[in-house]
Amino acid sequence: METAVFLIAGAFALIGALGVVLNRNPVHAALSLVMTLFAVAVLFVAQEAHLLAAVQVIVYAGAIVVLFLFVIMLLGVDTAENLEVEPIAGQRPLALGIGVGVMTLAVVAVAVIGNGATGARGVTAPIQPETVRANVQQVAEVLFTDQIVAFELTALLLTVAVVGAVVLARRPEGDYQPAPESALDQQRREATESIENAAETVEETAEAAAEADAGVET
Amino acid sequence: MLTPVLALDPLLLGEVGLSEVLIVLLKVVVAFAVLLVSVLFMVWFERKFISDMQNRIGPNVAGPWGLLQTLADGIKLFFKEDLIPDRADRFVFKLAPFLSLVPAFLIFAVVPIGGDFSGGEGSDGVVTLWGHDTYLQVADMPVGILFFLAMSSIAVYGIMLAGWSSGSKYPLLGSVRASAQMVSYEAALGLSLATVLLKTGSLSSHDIALGQAGGFGFGDLADWNVVATGFVPFVIFLIAGTAELNRPPFDLVEAEQELVGGFHTEYSSLRFSLFFLAEFMNTVTMSAIIVLLFFGGPAGPALVGPAWIWGLIWFTAKLMVFLGVFVWFRASLPRLRYDQLMDLGWKVLIPAALGWFLFVAALDLGANRGWNRWVIVAVAVPAMLVAMAMVVASVSSARHSRLAHEDHEGAF
Repeated sequence: METAVFLIAGAFALIGALGVVLNRNPVHAALSLVMTLFAVAVLFVAQEAHLLAAVQVIVYAGAIVVLFLFVIMLLGVDTAENLEVEPIAGQRPLALGIGVGVMTLAVVAVAVIGNGATGARGVTAPIQPETVRANVQQVAEVLFTDQIVAFELTALLLTVAVVGAVVLARRPEGDYQPAPESALDQQRREATESIENAAETVEETAEAAAEADAGVET
Repeated sequence: MLTPVLALDPLLLGEVGLSEVLIVLLKVVVAFAVLLVSVLFMVWFERKFISDMQNRIGPNVAGPWGLLQTLADGIKLFFKEDLIPDRADRFVFKLAPFLSLVPAFLIFAVVPIGGDFSGGEGSDGVVTLWGHDTYLQVADMPVGILFFLAMSSIAVYGIMLAGWSSGSKYPLLGSVRASAQMVSYEAALGLSLATVLLKTGSLSSHDIALGQAGGFGFGDLADWNVVATGFVPFVIFLIAGTAELNRPPFDLVEAEQELVGGFHTEYSSLRFSLFFLAEFMNTVTMSAIIVLLFFGGPAGPALVGPAWIWGLIWFTAKLMVFLGVFVWFRASLPRLRYDQLMDLGWKVLIPAALGWFLFVAALDLGANRGWNRWVIVAVAVPAMLVAMAMVVASVSSARHSRLAHEDHEGAF
């Protein structure tokens, strides 16, 4: 049963991950990311880490990807990007080289070191079925005793990030500069000007015609 | 190994055979049917109740007292043409209604709808079905209440993607509003819920109901979380819950005067009816969650007959009250402006919920350590007042400088 759950959820996680990379539409890529996050949550449940699964869905799927989507929608970047233009010359071969290198290193590390390569071993006792209620308490205990420094530092880091975002978004007092004219604004201004020119031409023509009429009558 | 998922139900603690699986399936089907019927009823109830409040008659043609009106509407929707706009993103457009419907169903799975919670001898909410002990809820997860939060955060996707995939501007505006609103109010929802969890000491919905099932003398009503957590979390939860449901007065997502029909403008036929269904289902499940968290769920005194029936009766009665409250909101409150909505969420509800949570935590800690309760209150109340003054001062100074800035620019 556990193997079956692992295989199915793992397959979905991989499909989602591939979807994130290969989809050209950013919204579809974000949806693939949600699928991966869900599959990982299922893997957590299979490991009886219920709290982690719930938090994974609430925080990552429920808040972070929603914010991604929010930004994508608000900025209207939901069209496929032109992949022919490379901002940095030769970035694709470089990425391929680095990617293959890192993967090879990781595989070698796993082969040589064994289990340790993926991180530290679990520090808590495995959860017994009858203590499944205590799952949350166990996580809380570790988080607020042994790992308290890391926990508080993370909180501090997030606060710094928020303050930084606010500072960046704030314009200095009394130093207001109008935003530079965007391409759309420029088009709009040119269109308005050309309409005004056209209107003037029409008026002039009409005046000339009226004068000509007057000339005919006299 | 099915046990971990539905872990705490006594049905699944022993050997899991065919009869256990059949009972679980039966519970799923019953929960599904109950929810669908309750939606039929809720739509009728809302229309009738609001008509009464506005001195109208309301639906009165189909069936006795118009009871079958919803059924007729459903059948009509079913036979309408299903349109997909040319500029729609076809896959996401078809996916979105299900993303909003499925979470609505799943939340109901963690709500205990009956059982013996009378607070008497041996009342632990267990019922016996064909010789098997079980709970009257589909699944009692160890993280039941977090599951509710997780599912309501998934429901955001349904609305968001529906608006985006329609390829039309009003639905897009509706969905951008929706995502900002729902994410903002989820924070207040979670913080007010935390106070309840603090009192109960468990995330399991069954334990939360059981923790509130004391005796039912007048003084024992203090066991209900609405009193035990001091009323403030309940008020915050009710407001944030209404916003989470996008029901009036927080229905900016589909404000008809501004956005045509909001996020589901482009939907028709069956797909529209799925959104409609999800909306009313969410109302029912949110009422059920409020009843569970603050009013003891199925807890209530057993009068005559088997005690587990009284669990069902009390639960239904409390549920009806909150369904009525949601309709009452809709009938009497005007819609908020968007900036008012955001101000209420971020500058009032979240600080209030957080402050009250800390206050209750301090009282709890003091009770455990044997500190004098009045000393805690004497320290905590001025501290909270100072914090409140700081929030108010910073908000008003920010507002002041923004207004000055706008004057300076001559904008607006």
